[in-house]
Amino acid sequence: MNQEIVSIIQKDYLYNLMLKGERLDGRGFEETREIKIETGVIDKAEGSARVELGDTKIIAGVKIQPGTPFPDSPDKGVIITSLELIPLASPEFESGPPRENAVELARVVDRGVRESGAIDLSKLCIREGEKVWMVFIDVHVLDAGGNIMDAAALGAIAALLTAKIPGARYGEGEDIPLPIRDIPISVTAVDIAGGIVFDPSLEEERAANCKLTVITNQESAISGMQKSGNGSLTTDQINHIVEVAAKKAQEIREKFLEI
Amino acid sequence: MNDKPEKFIDNNGLRLDGRKADQIRDIKIEVGVLSRADGSCYLEMGNNKVIAAVYGPREVHPRHQQKSTKAIVRYKYNMASFSVEDRKRPGPDRRSIEVSKVSREALEDMIFTEYFPKSAIDIFVEILQADAGTRTAALNAASVALADAGIPMRGLVSACAVGKVDETLVVDLNKDEDNYGQADMPIAMTPDGKITLLQMDGNFTLEQFKQGLEMAQEGCRQVYEFQRKALLDYYAKKEETEEVAVIEEVLQEEAPEEVVEESIAEEMEEIEEDEAEEVKAAEAESDQEIEEDSSETYETSDTVEEEATETEEPEDEDEEKEEDESTIDESDDEREVSQ
Repeated sequence: MNQEIVSIIQKDYLYNLMLKGERLDGRGFEETREIKIETGVIDKAEGSARVELGDTKIIAGVKIQPGTPFPDSPDKGVIITSLELIPLASPEFESGPPRENAVELARVVDRGVRESGAIDLSKLCIREGEKVWMVFIDVHVLDAGGNIMDAAALGAIAALLTAKIPGARYGEGEDIPLPIRDIPISVTAVDIAGGIVFDPSLEEERAANCKLTVITNQESAISGMQKSGNGSLTTDQINHIVEVAAKKAQEIREKFLEI
Repeated sequence: MNDKPEKFIDNNGLRLDGRKADQIRDIKIEVGVLSRADGSCYLEMGNNKVIAAVYGPREVHPRHQQKSTKAIVRYKYNMASFSVEDRKRPGPDRRSIEVSKVSREALEDMIFTEYFPKSAIDIFVEILQADAGTRTAALNAASVALADAGIPMRGLVSACAVGKVDETLVVDLNKDEDNYGQADMPIAMTPDGKITLLQMDGNFTLEQFKQGLEMAQEGCRQVYEFQRKALLDYYAKKEETEEVAVIEEVLQEEAPEEVVEESIAEEMEEIEEDEAEEVKAAEAESDQEIEEDSSETYETSDTVEEEATETEEPEDEDEEKEEDESTIDESDDEREVSQ
């Protein structure tokens, strides 16, 4: 209730700022917050990364274990992605099994990794129909400061890039790096009373009608998209978001390769 | 499960099921198929068979979920275990949780939820047979069911997918095109062209995306015509068969309304009388006061006027309340008729 009232006032304020071409934290409409990526933070995990996107902090871990393949793809590895909005990250999060927000975020992260073909799943086959490598990507949100989506997607691919298949431990050959072919980058924008801003902060996310996430691969083709939240977008707004997202993703990817 | 077809588009530019690239599957819509629901719809889109029911606006359970300024909308997408080739484990999985969420978000802004504070509008969609594009079929059915339930909306939501097979864009994917295609993008659209649902997976270049979005929107427009026609036909037919019943209903309703009006009139008279008495009493008081102190006369007469206006206000409120109640009764009756 209080949250709602605040968000109406805040929405008004943010909108008036936007009319002047400004954002609450002084960024340009298409400007993203500073990204910090640290990899190899968890020794026990086969791959891990800690990502900061402005105030938002997440940690992603990759575990790789042998398992049985799905019957419809006996020669391919398996990707399983989950995301937890743990209560230490926000007063609004509660413990317990993932709710729809967490499920949606996890599935969009998964979509980006899967559809961009980032992991070469055919190289994860140990014995066809019997044993394949299963890649578990788990994202824990530590500080929910807005735009968890993009931070989680960055964390997932960063952790995958540093992941090693633990062949020696399971008696299946040597440890080899996980075969990664692509770097999908997620860029999210929100619509606040008709204006589009990218990489929304928590305040902007709260004031927004709806948001659109666009995940592009290194050829700047779109691998996944998701509109989230009530409200609608016009065709022009969508096309604008997609174009800027593809451009932004290239910038972020360059930064990414330096690390 | 079929194996991957060698070619999705034949030499004549037709798809495996004989459709053109921009042609949606046949749609069959039946309105008002369930007796207990406030609104319902059975829809077939190609080989998809879905049924949607709408309950509400009704009381919110659990109560803490209710919103003091608007109705909450709940959407439950559920796949029957027998709807797919390999039996689906019953109950919600992560996919159906996500589909339910985005579908609810596609509809919620189109409903005048602010008309029904503290209530819930529940939408249930059951997928009886799945054949690619179930979330769009489900949304199309849900939208019609909402209209059938008489829930005020800004417009019908229509949904349609676009995808890519053999580098060709095609609308409303069938099972093979969905399984082996290169991309799938379901959208939902309002009659004025705004997008309320947009999901995509696969691979689209920017150009393909833009073109695909336009194609999907055109698909939605076609779906919209089917939805509109189904509703118009259903209610035209209903009007014919139930005209007599409705007239009787109206006649019955008129009588109690007169009583209400009379009682309002009586109350008004009573209140007027009360006022008159009060004014008299006040006048008498002020007369007395005049005798005591003539300088206060104006003030007291002011207060008399204020009192008089105050007594008028509650009277207005009563009237409004009664009118409200009578309209609610009417709408309830109508609902009974529609059942």
